[in-house]
Amino acid sequence: MNEKTQPEDAVKVSAGQFDRSRRSLNIQREDIAVEVKDLNLFYGADQALKNINLKIPRNRVTAFIGPSGCGKSTLLRCFNRMNDLIDICKIDGQIIIDGQDVHSRDVDVAEHRRRVGMVFQKPNPFPKSIFENVAYGLRLQGVSNKRTLAEVVEKALRAAALWDEVKDRLQDNAFGLSGGQQQRLVIARAIAIEPEIILLDEPCSALDPISTAKVEELMIELKEKYTIVIVTHNMQQAARVSDFTAYMYLGELIEFDDTAKLFTNPARKATEDYITGRYG
Amino acid sequence: MRNWFKSGDPWIWMIGGALSISVIMVVGLLLLIAVRGFSHFWPSPIVETTAVVEGEQVRVLGVVTNSETLPADRIRESGQIIDDDAILVTRHLFKVGNRDITGRDFVWYLESTLSDFRYPENAMMVERREWGNFYGYPLRLEEAGVPVAGGDELWPVLQERIVRANELHGQIQQIERYEIGRINGELERLRLEERKMDHRQLPAAERAPIQRVIDQRRQALEAEYEVLRIQREELQERARRDVLIAQTANGIETPINLSNIVMASRNNALSPPGKLAFYGHRIKDFLTGFPREANTEGGIFPAIFGTVTMVLIMSVFVTPFGVLAAIYLREYARQGPLLKMIRVSVYNLAGVPSIVFGVFGLGFFVYLVGGSIDNLFYPERLPAPTFGTPGLFWASLTLALLTLPVVIVSTEEGLARIPRTIREGSLALGATKWETLWKVVVPLSAPAMMTGLILAVARAAGEVAPLMLVGVVKLAPSLPVDGQFPFIHLDRKIMHLGFHIYDVGFQSPNVEAARPLVYATALTLVVLILVLNLTAIAIRNRLREKYRAEGD
Repeated sequence: MNEKTQPEDAVKVSAGQFDRSRRSLNIQREDIAVEVKDLNLFYGADQALKNINLKIPRNRVTAFIGPSGCGKSTLLRCFNRMNDLIDICKIDGQIIIDGQDVHSRDVDVAEHRRRVGMVFQKPNPFPKSIFENVAYGLRLQGVSNKRTLAEVVEKALRAAALWDEVKDRLQDNAFGLSGGQQQRLVIARAIAIEPEIILLDEPCSALDPISTAKVEELMIELKEKYTIVIVTHNMQQAARVSDFTAYMYLGELIEFDDTAKLFTNPARKATEDYITGRYG
Repeated sequence: MRNWFKSGDPWIWMIGGALSISVIMVVGLLLLIAVRGFSHFWPSPIVETTAVVEGEQVRVLGVVTNSETLPADRIRESGQIIDDDAILVTRHLFKVGNRDITGRDFVWYLESTLSDFRYPENAMMVERREWGNFYGYPLRLEEAGVPVAGGDELWPVLQERIVRANELHGQIQQIERYEIGRINGELERLRLEERKMDHRQLPAAERAPIQRVIDQRRQALEAEYEVLRIQREELQERARRDVLIAQTANGIETPINLSNIVMASRNNALSPPGKLAFYGHRIKDFLTGFPREANTEGGIFPAIFGTVTMVLIMSVFVTPFGVLAAIYLREYARQGPLLKMIRVSVYNLAGVPSIVFGVFGLGFFVYLVGGSIDNLFYPERLPAPTFGTPGLFWASLTLALLTLPVVIVSTEEGLARIPRTIREGSLALGATKWETLWKVVVPLSAPAMMTGLILAVARAAGEVAPLMLVGVVKLAPSLPVDGQFPFIHLDRKIMHLGFHIYDVGFQSPNVEAARPLVYATALTLVVLILVLNLTAIAIRNRLREKYRAEGD
């Protein structure tokens, strides 16, 4: 994907309309997994995202933070076209993944979503067995060989650090699992179809601290293979797990930077106010 | 006082009161039909008494089925002579049977004219295939005119021989109903083959060999029929062998052929367990038997069978159509004023009087669709209609139409209740909308569909008015399912419990005899609906368990 990077091979990260803060990040060697160009999104007459420009690096954890209603989930849902489900949603601008605009007409949405997996705020396992939950995506692709399925399911569950807890009850209903286990099951389900990017929309907001710690650990492990984008309300969480952080406010991207940099030395006053709790 | 109102207590009392009244009404209704219906089968004591009618003494033997107390004037107006100082008069309705001898099997007697009540052990009730019940005393048993038993040994011998006669009767029924029925069916098919050839105007050269085969087959069938006919006559002869000579209370001697006896019982001599066994036996006969004597005697099995078959066929049609329509309305159709209008129309369809559906079913299904089917596929049978006449299939379809809105509404509600997160989870894994629907959403809303089906079944099983127009009859000659190809006969007319109630209750020549049967049939219908519903509820609960989701 190198041909898609900037000529000087450096990732320019824009912070919305604020040209002043436009600066290079020290991540020149990295590929770009997602590039957002001049994205505007409307719900009917309301503009939910304003002129977003953003480049998300590959094999890193990128966090979106910001107050409720700032558009971070909306932005995330654009990446795998979940906003298609909302009739009144209108999008212009580009989101480029693998050199292709995800909103272009010739993109097969189902195929695209297979490559960009998503985990939601509340664990949403299907009313099936644990095994069938993980195998769901594969079965959609027409895989029915029992051995293959069993292998992939085990691999995905191991990768989601759930295998040891459920290996003896794979045929049990997934609703019998605890909330934290369900969320890891959902992550395993997403991993099983080997996406390139995993989007996590506040994955820990419904979990207790121990389950949260497990999911966070998992994210750090998973970035070896996948690009991870996480939306979170919890700034400590963003600081703990992410390599890059974007701060959004009222549909605008205020600042995007290296996590360490953004939390210790934010370029913008608004960011500093938010992360130090003076927001509002 | 204000505080009392504010606390909400009066409302709670009101709610509780409303609920109790509803429960009392429902329980009372069920109790009434249960008591009235199933007490009919209990072996009530047979009483013998002396009545004075117009100055003459008559012996009365029978069962008291009803008693009432009336103002004396009402009785005087009817022309009966009673004491001048009487104000209230009590009278009893006796079921005295013996319709063939006295002409009336139910008679009212004033209590003041009755005396000398006795419950003789030897009094018996005989249920006959013709002429209703007989009440009297057994005298002796004759075999081909020769007395074989009398006195104390008569009763056991009689019972044995009744069993024998019933077995023979069963064999005769078997031959008449099934074997001769099969031969008739095949003869009819041969006739239709011939008509088909006429219809296609086959040249004589081609026709001759086929005709030969048909003639041979027909001869074979007729020979077979002849064998069966002789066999049946033999059986009938054997069944007629024994005759019970009985005496009425007034001393008239009457022969009763054992082939005409369903059973005989000495109610007064029965022990409590004996009564219970007798009771169970009669209920079983009622539920599994075929009706006799213009539906006023015998069982209601064809009606039960017809109702269940019709409801099942209806379910087979209404479920897929209703579910698919609901899925389209909820998931695919573009929400807008047009859709809103369609939805309101569908919902209001549930409120259209059922007789309107009956008229529609007759006009559209029976005459238009059925008539076209006959023209296209059964031209050789015309002018005798096959599907162009009311029948099981059209009754089921009409009911399916009638209950469609119920299924659509419940399914839609079920679909709307599936959390959005579950759909999104499936879509995010690369499933298309269709795959998400079939693999996740529809299984999850299956319990709601079952709820719709339960409501539909309850409504359909109890419906009468439209069915009278589209395929339910007073007496169907054969069941809609039997051993003859194609096994399920959708074109046949059926009997139905609801219509049976109407027919027995209001169209019967013998109101008093039929009344208990009305209650018993009503109770059977209620129990049947209950059983159908419980089955569906059990299935729904299993589905719920299987697809148990958060917040459901």
